[in-house]
Amino acid sequence: MEFLGHYNYWIVIFLMMAGFYTVISRGNLVKKIVGLNIFQTSVFILYISIGHVSGGAAPILAEGVPVYSNPLPQVLILTAIVVGVATTALGLALVVRIREAYGTVEEEEIHLQDIDF
Amino acid sequence: MDQLPALLIVIPLLAAPVAAALPNNRLPWLLATAVSWIVFAIAVALMVRVIDSSVISYAMGGWEPPWGIELRIDALNAFVLLIVSTIGAVVTPFAGRSVAAEINKDNISLFYCLFLLTYTGLLGITATGDIFNLFVFLEISSLSSYALIALGRDRRALTAAYQYLIMGTIGATFFLIGVGLLYSMTGTLNIPDLADRLPAVIESRTAHSAFAFVVAGIGLKLALFPVHLWLPNAYAYAPSAVSAFIAATATKVAVYILLRLLFTVFGAEFSFGRMPLQPILIVLSVLGIFVTSTVACAQSDAKRLLAYSSVAQIGYMVVGLSLATTAGLTAAITHMFNHALMKGALFLALGAVAYRIGSTRLSDLAGLGRAMPWTMSAFSIGGLSLIGVPLTAGFISKWYLIVAALEHDWWWLALALLLTSLIAVIYVWKVVEAAWFRDLPAAHSEVREAPLSLLVPTWLLVAANLWFGIDTRFSAGLAARAAEWLLGATP
Repeated sequence: MEFLGHYNYWIVIFLMMAGFYTVISRGNLVKKIVGLNIFQTSVFILYISIGHVSGGAAPILAEGVPVYSNPLPQVLILTAIVVGVATTALGLALVVRIREAYGTVEEEEIHLQDIDF
Repeated sequence: MDQLPALLIVIPLLAAPVAAALPNNRLPWLLATAVSWIVFAIAVALMVRVIDSSVISYAMGGWEPPWGIELRIDALNAFVLLIVSTIGAVVTPFAGRSVAAEINKDNISLFYCLFLLTYTGLLGITATGDIFNLFVFLEISSLSSYALIALGRDRRALTAAYQYLIMGTIGATFFLIGVGLLYSMTGTLNIPDLADRLPAVIESRTAHSAFAFVVAGIGLKLALFPVHLWLPNAYAYAPSAVSAFIAATATKVAVYILLRLLFTVFGAEFSFGRMPLQPILIVLSVLGIFVTSTVACAQSDAKRLLAYSSVAQIGYMVVGLSLATTAGLTAAITHMFNHALMKGALFLALGAVAYRIGSTRLSDLAGLGRAMPWTMSAFSIGGLSLIGVPLTAGFISKWYLIVAALEHDWWWLALALLLTSLIAVIYVWKVVEAAWFRDLPAAHSEVREAPLSLLVPTWLLVAANLWFGIDTRFSAGLAARAAEWLLGATP
C-alpha cells in the first residue's frame, strides 16, 4: 500500500470533500461559491495527476528530453478552469444582484423574506 | 451539404455575439428567429440522411477521430436534434412580444445572445461524438440558461438561478470526474472508441466509480428525484419564453446524454446487468412521479404546477429507459418528443396569459376561459395530452410505457403509471376549473385574447400534439428506429 506515493490523490479527496461540504453547510452565498471553486480545483488536480508519466518532464518540446507527461489532460483542465472561472463570475454577479434585491447574502434571511402562502 | 453538422452548431454560435451587438429593438428577435428556422431546416436534412440507419461522422477541423473531435449523427441524435430545433423554431417567434413585455428594455439584445448560446449548447451536446466536448457544451448551455432564468420579473428568479447554478455545477463536475476516470482507464475521449476499449477494463474499480459519478452527475441535470430541487423554482420564475424553451428541451437533452452513456459507452449489459442501476432508477423515478405529481396538486401558481409536472414526466422517461428493452427505449424516446410538444404548448399558453394579465397564479386565472378562449383551450388540450387521453400524443407514450412494463411482467409498474395519470387529472383540473368554472373578476373585464404572434406558435404545438396522437409514424416510428439502433448496433 503506497499511501505516501499517492499523496496527490489524498489531496484530491480532501479538497473535494472540503469544497462539497462548504457548499452544502454554509448559508452565506459567497461562501458557497468559494466551496464550489475548491471542489472544482480538486478535479483539476485529479486530472493532472492521472496524466503524469513517471520520469516524465513537462509536456513542452525541448532538446534532449526522452519522456514527456501526457499533455491532453492538461489541455482538458485548461478548458475546465475556464468553465470554472465563468461559473464563478456568473455566480458572483448573481450574488451582487441578490444583494441589491434582498439586502442580504445569507440564505436563511433570503428564505424568510420569500415565504409566501 | 457535408458541412451540415458543423453549420448546425456554428450558425447559432456566431449569431449570438451579433445579437448582443444589435440595438434593443426587434432586430435581435428577428435574427434569433431566422437562425432557429435555419437550424430547423438543417436538423430535418440531417434526419432525412440518417433515417436508413446510416451514421454521419464529421471530423472537426479535419482532424480524424479518435484523436480529433468528431460530430457523430445517428438515428438517436438526429431525432433529439429534431426535437430541440422544432421547439426552438416555435418558441423563438413567440418570444418576440412575450419577452419584450417581461424583461427590462435594456436587456433585450443580451437576452437573445444568451438564448442563442443556450441553443448552441443544446445542439452541441446532441451532435457531438466526443465526451469531453459534451461536457463543454453542457456547461455552455447551462451557464447561459442560469443567466436567462435570472432575467425573470420576480426577484425570486435570482435565487432560483443561483440555486440552479450551484446544483448544476456540482452535477457537471461529477460528470467531469467520471470522464477523467474513464480517460485514465482507456486513453480516449471519443464515444465510439470508448465503447470499443471499455469492455477490456470494465471490471476495475475505476470504471465502476466512473459509471457512478457520471450517472449521478447527469441524474442531477435531468432532474431525477430527489435531486430535482432546482427545477420548480427555475421554471416558475424564469421569463415565459425561457420556461417554455428550457422545459421542452434541456431535460430531454440530459436524458439523451444518459441514453448515450448507458447504452453506447458502457453498454446495456454492463449498465443494467452487472450494475444495480435498474432497481435504483425504477424506484427513484416511480417515487419521484408519485411525490411530484402530488406536490403539483398543492401548488397555487400554474407555472410551478407545470414545473413539478415536468419532473414527474421525466420520471416516466427514466422508467422507460431503465426497462432496457426495445419497447422501453421506444417509450422513453417517444415520450421525450411528446413531452416536448406538451410542455411547450402548456408553457406557451401560460406565457400568453402572463402577457395579458401579468401573472400566472391560479387565483388570477379565474374566468379567463371566457376572456381568452383560444389560449385556455390550448392549455386544456395540452392538459389532456399530459393526462394521456386517447387521440393525444401523451396517450401514445403512456401506451408504449405500459406495454414495455407488461413485457417484463411487471404489472405493478403498469398500475403505478395509470395511478399517476389519475393524479395528473387533479392538477390539470385545478387550472381548467379556475379558467372555465369561475367568474371573471372586474379587474380583468378588459382582458382580450392573446395576440396572433403568441397564439400561432401555441396552437402549432397543440395541433402537433393532436397530430402525433393519431399518426405516430414520425414520432414513435422514428423512436423505435432509434431504440433498435441503440440496443442492437455496435458503434
